Amino acid sequence: MAETVIELRGIINQFGTTRVHDNLDLDVYRGEVLGVVGGSGTGKSVLLRCIAGLRPPQGGSIRIFGQDALNCSESERRAIDARMGVMFQDGALFSSLTVRENVEVPMRTLPDLNAKLRAELADLKISMSGLPYAAGGKYPSELSGGMRKRAGLARALALDPEIVFLDEPTAGLDPIGAAAFDELIKALSETLGLTVFMVTHDLDSLHATCDRIAVLAEKRVMYTGTMQEMLHIEHPWVHEYFHGPRARAAVDTLERSA
Amino acid sequence: MSQAAETSLSRSASRPGASLSPQGAGRWALSGQLTVRTLSDVLEHFDALDGADALFDLGALDKLDTAGAYLLVQLDARLRAQGGGLSLSGQSADHQAVLDRVAGSMPKPDKVVATKLSAMGWFDRLGRQVVAALAGFTQVLAMLGLFLAKLAYLLRHPSDFRVTALVHHCHQVGWKAVPIVALMGFLIGVVLAFQGSVQLRQFGAEIFVVDLIAISILRELGILLTAIIVAGRTASSFTAAIGSMKMREEVDAMRTLAIDPAVALFVPRILALLIVLPILGMIANVMGLFGGAMMAWIELGISPGMFLSRLLDDTSLDHVIVGFVKAPVFALIIGVIGCHAGMQVGGNAESLGTQTSSAVVRAIFMVIVADALFSVFFAILGI
Repeated sequence: MAETVIELRGIINQFGTTRVHDNLDLDVYRGEVLGVVGGSGTGKSVLLRCIAGLRPPQGGSIRIFGQDALNCSESERRAIDARMGVMFQDGALFSSLTVRENVEVPMRTLPDLNAKLRAELADLKISMSGLPYAAGGKYPSELSGGMRKRAGLARALALDPEIVFLDEPTAGLDPIGAAAFDELIKALSETLGLTVFMVTHDLDSLHATCDRIAVLAEKRVMYTGTMQEMLHIEHPWVHEYFHGPRARAAVDTLERSA
Repeated sequence: MSQAAETSLSRSASRPGASLSPQGAGRWALSGQLTVRTLSDVLEHFDALDGADALFDLGALDKLDTAGAYLLVQLDARLRAQGGGLSLSGQSADHQAVLDRVAGSMPKPDKVVATKLSAMGWFDRLGRQVVAALAGFTQVLAMLGLFLAKLAYLLRHPSDFRVTALVHHCHQVGWKAVPIVALMGFLIGVVLAFQGSVQLRQFGAEIFVVDLIAISILRELGILLTAIIVAGRTASSFTAAIGSMKMREEVDAMRTLAIDPAVALFVPRILALLIVLPILGMIANVMGLFGGAMMAWIELGISPGMFLSRLLDDTSLDHVIVGFVKAPVFALIIGVIGCHAGMQVGGNAESLGTQTSSAVVRAIFMVIVADALFSVFFAILGI
């Protein structure tokens, strides 16, 4: 089995008296695309924010690249962060900067990188994310939702991270744009050896890109497994999710291709 | 997300680097890690390669990321343009995949049309700015017209009027501004009395400090400074509130739900200002006179009783009227500019900030311009 890059043990997340995660365990392996699904309010995004270091959990341990990510010094944590990239739901681009400048922001921390090369590398990332060259000079408000997501991905990839977190990457995209985004994520993970942690509701996207699926239910990760395995799980919510009317189409294509 | 550690990492001595070592004519071995953090190790060597064919052996390369691959692909393109070329050998399948991916998505710059700087261009821009400024002015007038039209509409359809909103805005704009306006009025009175007493004492005309304070505060300063403070407080909050609603398409949502934004947003706000600005001006006046009387008592020994009788005997009611006539005009200026700027906010947070500060500046400026026009007007009338 491949190396474990993220190891969650006994995670507890609580808002006031509401416990979102209780004793949650999850492993993420190097090079895989992991899709995290769950009903609304099961804390998928909370989990993502936890691992990305945006919100410390109330309990449990997080090991990233074999290192304790909760009880470590500030600089150790930053070193971990430097190996991860996050794409937020609407891109979360800095609105006062152009797309190219946005992608350059993480690169600015490398003092050895000269401005010309930095701009060229930003253009490369923009192009790799499937945006036209002209998009680099535009401001986020001038882009469509799909393009903003791509620009967000370009910024997440700026420093060639080993793990990328994607928060609902295909939400709000048209089916063609969503399919193109799925392919992009798949291709990037294959060629660059990226580990992808993806929160999504999109069954087509799960089917097209994910090597493994983790189902969040009852405050923990109930099941992990491939799409095929998910289809045979008896748990009512999981069954409804993967066999509901919206799931059928995605499953049909899965079975045709199998 | 990772800034400072990056810096410390890349500067630490133990950082794994990349190296390019010559291995005979036209052959080099690339070893170590060629990543975005180590590009600078080999950049100079790459730039030094010129014209001829080059063969890189990547057998000893541990790690290659897209930035490193970009450098190799770009070097190949440059050498080709000079009649040479870069060949690679010994690369792993993973590295080849990265190289292919990067080579397949090299950015292709579009033709950039350079804009020439010329005198004509400068005049062109100046002209556009003047036209835009005039258009902005007519838009503000249009907003004033809209407000008056909706007010007339509401007089005919009083059931559409939003009393709760009006009360809420009166509270926000008026009641919450009372402490700052009162303090400002008091301090202005103190300053006037103090400065006046120093000058008037030279002529033995100390008693005229009462007239000085009364006329300047009642006629000009009380209402003008109140309007300036309210412009700073309220024009900005109107712009920010309406602007953020505009930004999140709430204003459009209102329209689709058959709620008139002018009736729901503009009328209660501007009307609230029209109601509370004279009251705030009154508070500033009273506090100004109070502060002046205190200072006159302490500094010149004019007792409050004497101050009051002099005030009542010698100060014409005209001054008070002249002061209060301006209040509704100032209120309209502040409210209309604030609401108009809010509606100008576009899709991003930056335009919200720009519009908010521009609303405050324009509101204060227009209040002062209006005050100057009033002075001329009353001087001609001889009041």
